[in-house]
Amino acid sequence: MAEKANENLLEVSGLKMHFPYHTGSLWTRKKGHIYAVDGVDLSIKKGETLGLVGESGCGKSTTLRAIAHLYRPTAGKVVLKGQDLTAASPAELMKARKDMQIVFQDPYASLNPRMTTRDIISEPMRIFTKAKLMSLTKIEMDERVEQLMERVGLSRFFKNRYPHEFSGGQRQRIGIARALALKPDLMLCDEPVSALDVSIQSQILNLFKDLQEEFGLTYLFIAHDLAVIQYISNRIAVMYLGVIVELSDSAELYKKPLHPYTQALLSAAPIPDPAVERKRQRVILTGDVPSPDKTRTGCYFYDRCSKRMDKCAKSVPRLKDAGSGHQVACFLFHDPE
Amino acid sequence: MTDDVILQVKDLKAYFKLDEGLLKAVDGVSFDLRKGETLGIVGESGSGKSVTNLAIMKLIPTPPGRIAGGEVLFIGKDIFKMSDEEVRKIRGNKISMIFQDPMTCLNPFLRISTQMIETIVLHQGLDKKAAKAKAIEMLKLAGIPAPEKRIDQYPHQFSGGMRQRVMIAMALSCEPEILIADEPTTALDVTIQAQILELIKELSARLGTAVILITHSLGVVAGMCDAICVMYAGRIVERGTADEIFADPKHPYTQGLIKSVPRLDKVSSQRLYSIPGQPPNVINLPDCCPFFPRCERAMDVCKTKYPKIAEIGAKRSVACWLYGEGK
Repeated sequence: MAEKANENLLEVSGLKMHFPYHTGSLWTRKKGHIYAVDGVDLSIKKGETLGLVGESGCGKSTTLRAIAHLYRPTAGKVVLKGQDLTAASPAELMKARKDMQIVFQDPYASLNPRMTTRDIISEPMRIFTKAKLMSLTKIEMDERVEQLMERVGLSRFFKNRYPHEFSGGQRQRIGIARALALKPDLMLCDEPVSALDVSIQSQILNLFKDLQEEFGLTYLFIAHDLAVIQYISNRIAVMYLGVIVELSDSAELYKKPLHPYTQALLSAAPIPDPAVERKRQRVILTGDVPSPDKTRTGCYFYDRCSKRMDKCAKSVPRLKDAGSGHQVACFLFHDPE
Repeated sequence: MTDDVILQVKDLKAYFKLDEGLLKAVDGVSFDLRKGETLGIVGESGSGKSVTNLAIMKLIPTPPGRIAGGEVLFIGKDIFKMSDEEVRKIRGNKISMIFQDPMTCLNPFLRISTQMIETIVLHQGLDKKAAKAKAIEMLKLAGIPAPEKRIDQYPHQFSGGMRQRVMIAMALSCEPEILIADEPTTALDVTIQAQILELIKELSARLGTAVILITHSLGVVAGMCDAICVMYAGRIVERGTADEIFADPKHPYTQGLIKSVPRLDKVSSQRLYSIPGQPPNVINLPDCCPFFPRCERAMDVCKTKYPKIAEIGAKRSVACWLYGEGK
């Protein structure tokens, strides 16, 4: 039993994140909820990369933030290294955050423009030292900042510079160094390469892979670019409207996508080769992603699905194994309960 | 053969005078656009793709910017020599543009109908009623359901993909010769991107419009374009048909770029290639090959002189000392 707990670094079950909102004037006031994440189950093994893909508004980032407890989840359980974070006290939560760090999407917005690189990278160490969860002297911290900078590919002579003096790719390296400062086990990466240019994107992706090998890191990696996700991940979860519709081994997912949404997503992604592009058959989805402000009685993808059946409108398909660990939430592969 | 060419850009230069120095955003760009052709301009941020196209429309803010040289011939007439009045008749009528973020290009205070009718009345001289009918027809073509109802709504009532459809309908409502699409799908999701690209392809073929597609995505140009220009630091480094560029890239930058994009159809656990270093700062750029610090095949001559453009085939050229005379 103890061994099994070691195996999965992170276990998430039934995670829900609902945001209340109200609209209208004082008299026509209406209340409602945005069901941003509506029941997500996933687990990540130590040293593995789980990719999370989906379109904007499907709840990828909210899932990540709810796991990090930047929001208190509405329901569900987040278990990190055997500890249930949803039941943790603020002090325990702080301790747990040492083991999970986030790399954000926008390298311009996520670095304080009035702090030097040294201050940015050492901030987590300073905070944890102050909270007596770590003990590092100023000199030790400085050494560690220099090590980290060199490791992520920045010269140590840049440590007194401010973020605006760096390019987008270099800033993302600073963000990565900051996330590494506490030697976390789990890195939560929220679209870390989406804002970067093509030639820089591959540099940063390779850096993520090298760091994983060197420090045995575990990644939860979000991206909307399917080719990027395929390159970086061992397993991939496809999200749609707050739920995971398919979860499988990376190579298997690309070879044999089961869910109609995954199929459409894969066929919509452009491939940089005109010869291949001409031969491809596209499944073009009609319509837009519906608004996540209603609870649904049927399949979340029902409105846009080309293979919908009557039973799809009546009950919600759950994520189930369709053979060899390939999980899919679709009635084409299993019957309603 | 040459009368097929509707737009000829010759040695276009657009400079911006900034406090930090002279920014040569576009420095000697030349290309031709033929009737009904789709031309892709690819490059990373700051490579001058957007400025090139603003210059074609004579939309460079002056000062700080200025056209420092070159000409843009639209059906044989130089746009830079026209009066503002003449250019206004072309802009939005013969050459129209769609942008990356449709929300910033639509006026949030005006109904879609007001904005669309304005263009049509101005350029085509129709009365309001006929213009509205035309606008509805265009929205229908652009795949907007219930256009009679939707036309009286405001931009915020449309989703991102729908707004881009409105922009396309608006841009094509005067049946332009050229449509300039500046990163039209960058702000959109993959499935919506596929819809919009399909729409541009279909409508341009139907109306015989030539398209200049500006993008940073190699995947998008591969599926859309007949010809491709690759830009780096304000200049075109390589030009050719889409097949040539992807099958046999010549410039070390193009080669690196194509190799550094992960591909969906080729699952491999191999390490991704990456071009070392950063794109250069284009302010006060010395007159050498701007790619040489990142180039694996850099030679001594690259550090001293900008390479001559070598014509290595019909409609195919490359700016690199490895080819042509410099060899």
